[in-house]
Amino acid sequence: MTDPRIAGAGVTQFGKHPERTGRDLFADAGLEALDQSGVDPDDVDALYYGNFMGELAEHQGHQGPLMAEAIGIDAPATRLEAACASAGAAVREAVKTLRNGESDVVVVGGAERMTNIGTAAATDALAIAADDLYEIRAGMTFPGAYALMARAYFEEFGGSHEDLAHVAVKNHEHALVNDHAQIQKAITVEDAMEAPTIAAPLGLYDSCPITDGAAAAVLTTEAYAEDHGLDAPVAISGTGQGGDNLALQDRPHLARTPAADKAAQEAYADAGIEAGDVDVAEVHDCFTIAEVLAIESLGLFEPGEGIHAATEGTTTRDGEMPVNLSGGLKAKGHPVGATGVAQLATIAWVLDGTHPRADAVPDGTVGVAHNAGGTVASTTVHVMEVKE
Amino acid sequence: MTETTLNGEYDDWIDQIEAGEGYYVECEEGHGWLPPRRVCPDCGSRELSDESLPASGEIATHTTITVATPQFEDDAPYVTAIAEFGPVSITGLVRGVDPEDVSMGDAVGIEVGERETTGERAVVFRPR
Repeated sequence: MTDPRIAGAGVTQFGKHPERTGRDLFADAGLEALDQSGVDPDDVDALYYGNFMGELAEHQGHQGPLMAEAIGIDAPATRLEAACASAGAAVREAVKTLRNGESDVVVVGGAERMTNIGTAAATDALAIAADDLYEIRAGMTFPGAYALMARAYFEEFGGSHEDLAHVAVKNHEHALVNDHAQIQKAITVEDAMEAPTIAAPLGLYDSCPITDGAAAAVLTTEAYAEDHGLDAPVAISGTGQGGDNLALQDRPHLARTPAADKAAQEAYADAGIEAGDVDVAEVHDCFTIAEVLAIESLGLFEPGEGIHAATEGTTTRDGEMPVNLSGGLKAKGHPVGATGVAQLATIAWVLDGTHPRADAVPDGTVGVAHNAGGTVASTTVHVMEVKE
Repeated sequence: MTETTLNGEYDDWIDQIEAGEGYYVECEEGHGWLPPRRVCPDCGSRELSDESLPASGEIATHTTITVATPQFEDDAPYVTAIAEFGPVSITGLVRGVDPEDVSMGDAVGIEVGERETTGERAVVFRPR
């Protein structure tokens, strides 16, 4: 079984583009990915596309064929929906079809248009990723759900809102040189602590922004890359996906994310690596506490120790285990259906040395992307390695 | 979704809570869930029975929400909590206590109240 290569990737500027349609955003990212890959668009065998709330934001379902058309490819196109892990799920399908020999070239990507409907409607739309009957009707919002997890975490393991503020400060600092990022603004721990509360204990700076954007990547088999002389040094060597009860109330514990544990274990075993081999990680920090839970599930930190990682500087760009060099969802932005592929693109660019923060891991050869849906009821983890 | 749409077992469950006769679904292994369930997601058992909800629950975690969805705009700020009632946990609005005074482990009862914003029914916990 050979490992699919990342031949090219494209990401739009993440931010507020309320007037831009989903198809226009995706064309931007998809054409950049195709151009960068050097692949003939006629060779594309399939499109796997992530999108979460297209019906609510754009009154547009059935987006697969629409997006294939938008990037000029004539191939079967399927939309995947796994809340915020939609694009991660798309990557996983692409890896499977390339490995089993059904395809030689696949485009993966995702797009989300969110700011056109305003903050209140977007918050409402995001909430449909939770249990409508038993959570949303009890007033739960997504910030609220992660606040419930944060408080449970503090109760079980300790830590404080100030530790979470350090996660925000770190990710804002990482994004300062990322021109794709929605927020390029340095903040202090004091700024984060004094920001308005959204859902106690979480405040404005614990939450990712609402974002319009798209991301795409061209993946090929190793043989196709070799035969066509593609410059594609980074391979996806491991894929994993885990699930959990949809509603938080139905889970045995609220301070851990076992769906991500399962995804990480599967992906590491698939790649033949261990957590200790990972040089760099992009994780799903929709809220600061989510980064803490993610790095523990990835095995980069023991349960209860992830909360101190940013505070102690371990996960900063000059630390031993840099996390979210892109700025993460927190500062880069989170166009929901695009995020998983934007993470993939970041890791590929960090490992091939073209990302503006690649100097954080000059000898890095192994990266992971952790993409979580809902309150981590769906998670994908992908391992990427430099193969040359 | 609005409450004009019927949601079968969920509506029945809310009716029973309102009547003071709350229940949950339990499998033969003792795993507790809220309806509708035809199989225990934990152990796969299809031998499920309706059991009376304990009168008192315990707050497992809570948050005070200040930025709400449009359906809860006039309710904000409000407290949402997960409370454990024996083998089943339930999400509800905490009322009858200052948000600052809600703590993990607090004993609460369960009832049905109205959302201030829409008048729709919602699960409410009160200190007991």
